[in-house]
Amino acid sequence: MSDRDDTLVTVPLHRVAHGRAGDKGNRLNVSVIPYDSGAYPMIALQLTEQRVLEVFAHRGATRVKRYDLPLLPALNFVIDDVLEGGVNGSLNLDGHGKSNSFLVLGMAVQVPKRFVRPAPWETD
Amino acid sequence: MRNPFRVGNCAGFSGDRVDAPGPVVDTLIESGGPCALFFEVLGERTVALAQLEKRRDPLRGYEPMLERLLAPILERCAGHAIPIIGNFGAANPPGAARVIAQLALRLGMPDLRIGVVHGDDVRERIDLAALPVYEADAALDMGGGDIVSANAYLTARPIVEALASGAQIVVTGRTGDPSLALAPLIHHFGWRYDDWARLAVGATAGHLLECGAQVTGGYYYDPGFKDIPDPANIGFPIAEVGADGRLVITKAARTGGVVNAQTVKEQLLYEIHDPACYITPDVTLDFTRVSVRELAPDRVEVLGMRGGPAPEKVKATVCFDGGWMGEGEISYAGPNCLARARAAGEVLQERLRRRKLAVKARVDLIGVASVHDGDGGAKWRAVGGAGPDDVRVRLAVSARTQDDADQAAREVLALYCCGPAGGGGVRWRSTQRIRTQSYLMPRGDLAPGAWVKSAAELAR
Repeated sequence: MSDRDDTLVTVPLHRVAHGRAGDKGNRLNVSVIPYDSGAYPMIALQLTEQRVLEVFAHRGATRVKRYDLPLLPALNFVIDDVLEGGVNGSLNLDGHGKSNSFLVLGMAVQVPKRFVRPAPWETD
Repeated sequence: MRNPFRVGNCAGFSGDRVDAPGPVVDTLIESGGPCALFFEVLGERTVALAQLEKRRDPLRGYEPMLERLLAPILERCAGHAIPIIGNFGAANPPGAARVIAQLALRLGMPDLRIGVVHGDDVRERIDLAALPVYEADAALDMGGGDIVSANAYLTARPIVEALASGAQIVVTGRTGDPSLALAPLIHHFGWRYDDWARLAVGATAGHLLECGAQVTGGYYYDPGFKDIPDPANIGFPIAEVGADGRLVITKAARTGGVVNAQTVKEQLLYEIHDPACYITPDVTLDFTRVSVRELAPDRVEVLGMRGGPAPEKVKATVCFDGGWMGEGEISYAGPNCLARARAAGEVLQERLRRRKLAVKARVDLIGVASVHDGDGGAKWRAVGGAGPDDVRVRLAVSARTQDDADQAAREVLALYCCGPAGGGGVRWRSTQRIRTQSYLMPRGDLAPGAWVKSAAELAR
C-alpha cells in the first residue's frame, strides 16, 4: 500500500473511519470519525442524511440530522425512532441500539486508496 | 500542568467490572496530589428497576454491587483524603448509606462521614399533564402504565454542599452524570456556579469519564483495526484538571487499555445530539471547537470546550410499568439449518395467531440477522442460499400480562417435540418491563439538599 496512492476505491466505511453509537430515549446517535483527517471532506460529501436514513429505513427511522465537527474531525448522526420503542420498549435484542454504529460503518464509501486501512484477513 | 486536581472514575454503569477501583485508587494515591473518585452506576431505567426492588424490600433498591465495589478501597480512600462520590443510592440513597455505614463499622471506621443527597425523587411533586415532554421522547407511546418512579437530574450543588460539610463519601440518587465529577472540582477550586468556562471543563471531564472504560479502550477495541493492550484488564480513567482550566485524560497505572485521540473522540460524541448544545444540569456545553492532542502514551489533552448558562428547565425521567416481555430461543445447526430455523420462526408466528395471544412479536435468526434487523425481519427473510452452519431462533414478545408473555415464550419450548428437526438448547423467560419518558421541569419545582452523618450514627 502506498501512502500516495490516489486511486479511488469503494470500501466499507469501517476501513476508513471508526465510530460509536449511543441512545437517549427513542433517539440514537452514531459518530463517524475518520482515522486520517484527510478523508473527512470526502466522507462528509458522501454520508448524507438521506443515505443514512435509507440504511435505517427497515427499522422505521423517521429523521436523520447530521452535525459536522470539522475540527475534530467527525460527523455526528442523530437518528429518530430507530429503536422501535426505545431502550425500554424495543423487542430488539439490542434494545439500546448500541450495535448500530457498525450498521453505519458497513456503508460503502469511495475514497483514495491511501486512506484505506488493510483488513487483517487481507494482509500479505 | 501545575497542581492539578485528579478525578478518577471507578464504574461506568451498574454491572461494570467490580475490580476496577483498586488500580485507580493506587494511581491517585501515588500522584500525591488532591483528588476524588466517582462511580456512575445509574442508567435511565436502573432507577426504575431499583424502585421495583424497593417495593419488594424497603431496605433495598440501591446499587447491588455497592459493598463489593467499596470494600477494597474505602479505608485507603478515607486514609488519603480521597472523597468518593457515587449515584449508587439509586431509588434508596439512605439505604445505601446504611450499608456503607455498616461496612465502615466492620472496617473499624465509625467516624467515616457519609453524605446523602436528596430531592431527586419527584414522584410526589411532578404533574405530568402540565409538563412538556423531552423532545427525543415525544413520539413514544407509554401505553397508560402506572408510574414506577420519577427522578429529576440534580446538579453538582448538593454534592458540593455535602463535601463542604466534611463528607468523605457522598451517596446520590439521580444526578447529572457529569455532575458527579464536576462537584469535587467545584469544591476544590472554589469555582462559582456561573463560571460557565470553568464548569464546562469540569463537566467535559465528567462526560468523558462517566462511562468508565469507554474512554480507555473499552467499547473501542476492534481487532486488527483498533487494537489495545491487555483487554481483560482495562484501566479506568482519570482526569487531570488544572486551576487554569486545562484538561488531560489518562488512566490507572499498570493496567491495560489505552487513552489516545481516537478513544477520546469516540467518547466525546457518545450520547451527544447537537454538539453545540449538550445540556447538563450545571452548564450547557459546546463541543464544536473541541480538539484533542496526544501528549504522551495514555495522556490526551482536550481543548476548546465552551460553556453556557445552565438550562432553565431540568430533565426528569419518569418510569412507567411497561408490561412484560417474553423471550424464547432454540438452535439449529448443520445441513439445511437455515431452512429449519426459518420454518421454526414461521411456525412460532402462526402459533401465536392461532392461540390469539395478546402479544406483539418479533423473530430473529441469530447468526443470520438479528440486532441490525427491524421487527418485521426484512433482513433475515431476504437471506437465501445455504446460509450459515449454526442458527439460533429467537422469539420476543411484549404483553400486558405475564401469563401472555409466558405462554408465547413457551411456544419456543414446545418446538422441542413439535418443531422442525434437530432443534436444541431452548431457553425461555419472561421479564417485567419498564418504560421511560423524560419531561422538563422548572428548576424552582425542585428542593434538592444533602445531609452528612457519621457511620456510627447511621448504623444505629
